[in-house]
Amino acid sequence: MRRTPELAPQFVDLDQQQDAASLGMWTFLATEVLFFGGLITLYCAYRTMHPDAFAAAARHTRIAIGAGNTAIMLTSSFLVAWAVWCLRLNQGRIAALLFWCAAALGVAFLGFKGVEYAIEYRERLVPGFNFVAGGAGAGAQQLFFAFYFVATGLHAIHVAIGVVVLIVVGWRSRARAYSTRYHAPATVAGLYWHFVDVVWVVLFALIYLPGRS
Amino acid sequence: MSDAPSYLTADNRLRSWFLTTDHKRVAILYFATITLFFFVGGAAATVIRLELMTPQGDLVTSDVYNRMFTMHGVVMVWFFLIPSIPATLGNFVVPLMIGARDLAFPRLNLLSWYLFLIGGLTTLYAVFVGGIDTGWTFYTPFSTMYSNSHVVLAVTGVFIAGFSSILTGLNFIVTIHRLRAPGLTWYRLPLFLWSLYATAVILVLATPVLAMTLLLVALDRFAGIGIFDPAKGGDPLLFQHLFWFYSHPAVYIMILPGMGVVSELISCFSRKPIFGYKFVAWSAIAIAVAGFFVWGHHMFVSGQSVFAGLVFSFMSFIVAVPSAIKVFNWTATLHKGWIRFDAPMLYALAFIGLFTTGGLTGLFLACLAYDVYVTDTYFVVAHFHYIMVGGMVTAYFGGLHYWWPKITGRMYPEYWARAAAILIFFGFNMTFFPQFVLGVLGMPRRYHVYLPEFQVWHVMSSFGASILAVAYLLPLLYLGWSLFFGRRAPANPWGATGLEWQTPSPPPTYNFETTPSVTRRPYDYSVSGQAHAQNA
Repeated sequence: MRRTPELAPQFVDLDQQQDAASLGMWTFLATEVLFFGGLITLYCAYRTMHPDAFAAAARHTRIAIGAGNTAIMLTSSFLVAWAVWCLRLNQGRIAALLFWCAAALGVAFLGFKGVEYAIEYRERLVPGFNFVAGGAGAGAQQLFFAFYFVATGLHAIHVAIGVVVLIVVGWRSRARAYSTRYHAPATVAGLYWHFVDVVWVVLFALIYLPGRS
Repeated sequence: MSDAPSYLTADNRLRSWFLTTDHKRVAILYFATITLFFFVGGAAATVIRLELMTPQGDLVTSDVYNRMFTMHGVVMVWFFLIPSIPATLGNFVVPLMIGARDLAFPRLNLLSWYLFLIGGLTTLYAVFVGGIDTGWTFYTPFSTMYSNSHVVLAVTGVFIAGFSSILTGLNFIVTIHRLRAPGLTWYRLPLFLWSLYATAVILVLATPVLAMTLLLVALDRFAGIGIFDPAKGGDPLLFQHLFWFYSHPAVYIMILPGMGVVSELISCFSRKPIFGYKFVAWSAIAIAVAGFFVWGHHMFVSGQSVFAGLVFSFMSFIVAVPSAIKVFNWTATLHKGWIRFDAPMLYALAFIGLFTTGGLTGLFLACLAYDVYVTDTYFVVAHFHYIMVGGMVTAYFGGLHYWWPKITGRMYPEYWARAAAILIFFGFNMTFFPQFVLGVLGMPRRYHVYLPEFQVWHVMSSFGASILAVAYLLPLLYLGWSLFFGRRAPANPWGATGLEWQTPSPPPTYNFETTPSVTRRPYDYSVSGQAHAQNA
């Protein structure tokens, strides 16, 4: 059998390589679920212990920015799915454009997140730094914002990594590195981006919605 | 047999080792690193045993003593036991056993070693600049609010090393799923692979929770936001839940690979197929799954609800069932076997006895009432050392001797190896059996000053520890000697089945000249291993 340059030596053929890549990413995402899962467990425990303080704290968040960012993430996730579909049809140039648009939306997400952080800094909501809260359970309100900054911060790191990955994958798509037969790196990058999107949807519900019904 | 150069001689420049993607070379890098950490952890244990020779605290201050047992625990758990069998023996033989050219992700494999090294060096740095005094468990609120030692540094080291565990686990899962040779179905897999698969699942699912928990500890300590401080609305017990959600399954990360090695050894040196293959295989999976639901037995006296205590106690008894299945099936394999007492087999037999002792005393601890009596005593210390040292380290040495000819291409000196195996067994029992007695008599763990009536047991234990220390140094000497002067090993010195024995010792870089195909069940000792190898 002829070995093509994209086929790594440990694999017999490209199908096996693509299967391995995809299973590898799913396994990695399982790790990620448990990583964020630990943090979300902590949130659930503390929200059960301090429901009023968490509701009061959540009302300080900017739901307009949160909702806007959710729309941005969902749209970019859709663009990535579309791009992977284009690669299957051998349309590398369109795929590249879609990947780069998705990456641009990722950058926009980070921009809005930065604006939100700046507002919270000015409103003295940063735990361990300048946190001032009035009303019931100031300590528990600080816990809410500790969760908020750790969770959204880790998520933002994931977004930043994803943006770089999408730019590279877009560039490789444009260079016709992927085809109907072989596009595992793009599929796997797509899986990762969808995961980042899903995490945000969960975080949105946990952070912005309590105390607002 | 091929004329391709072996993986050891293929390219000897330094960068070809440090930038290698060959799973066999990465395994060697891991060997060197964990051996170093084993002796670092051992040095701390030596100080502990010397101090405990007398009831007074006369060798070190209590502060230094705290740092010593913490360093012993942290280094031994995360930098020796967790990677021991998976990252060294597993890394080396997994692709060989499934007839593959390498792991699925060779570069991630190398990355995992670098992460391990960086994590280990960070932790060692924490030790050298003053150490950590929290115990290996980093319990809050002591670790977050009161300890004056280098908690953040140590936690960072463990955090980084955690990602190396995750990458190893991920690599094994994908490799075992996707890279098996033609004809190698799941029920034809050697049992070592079943147990490594179960281990890998735990590595991937439990380690991230520890990573998050340690991140929160570091953050809490750094910024004082009270995540685990009751005065600020936090809950120190939540730390224990999150910590043991990882650290109890981590016990199975440490023992499952050992069980896998022992299954290989018992079958090979009894010249019989393993008794009840499917039961042994699935019991590894059962241990991994059930092991996720027992963490609360570390918290029986923490004030958790009676209901939680009952559930965790019950689940802990459940885990004993698959463990017992393994022990019964190993002994049934021995029955009417043609048993050879080579050094690996001596280690395997020692494992069965020591693991059974550790496992049965584990059942004592799973009983709510009895556990309250011996909580935080030497009974617990003895129990988990029987599992981790008597079990895992013994299996590690067994596997090391068994695959040594394959790894190095040299035979080790058999009589020295048997002497070391026997010495380890006696030294180990002499060190740790008195600790069961101490625990029942009421000696608490982590104390360096104790009542004079305990002294006789402590002296016995320390005396055993010195035997154990010599016994652990012996393999370092004679295995090192064999690297240069050992007899050249044939491809299959044990007449064993299994694909790893069908390629030269040491194997060429890509393991097999042509991809082997498998037509037989594993451990098919009805045909001799030698004939098996030639047929392929």
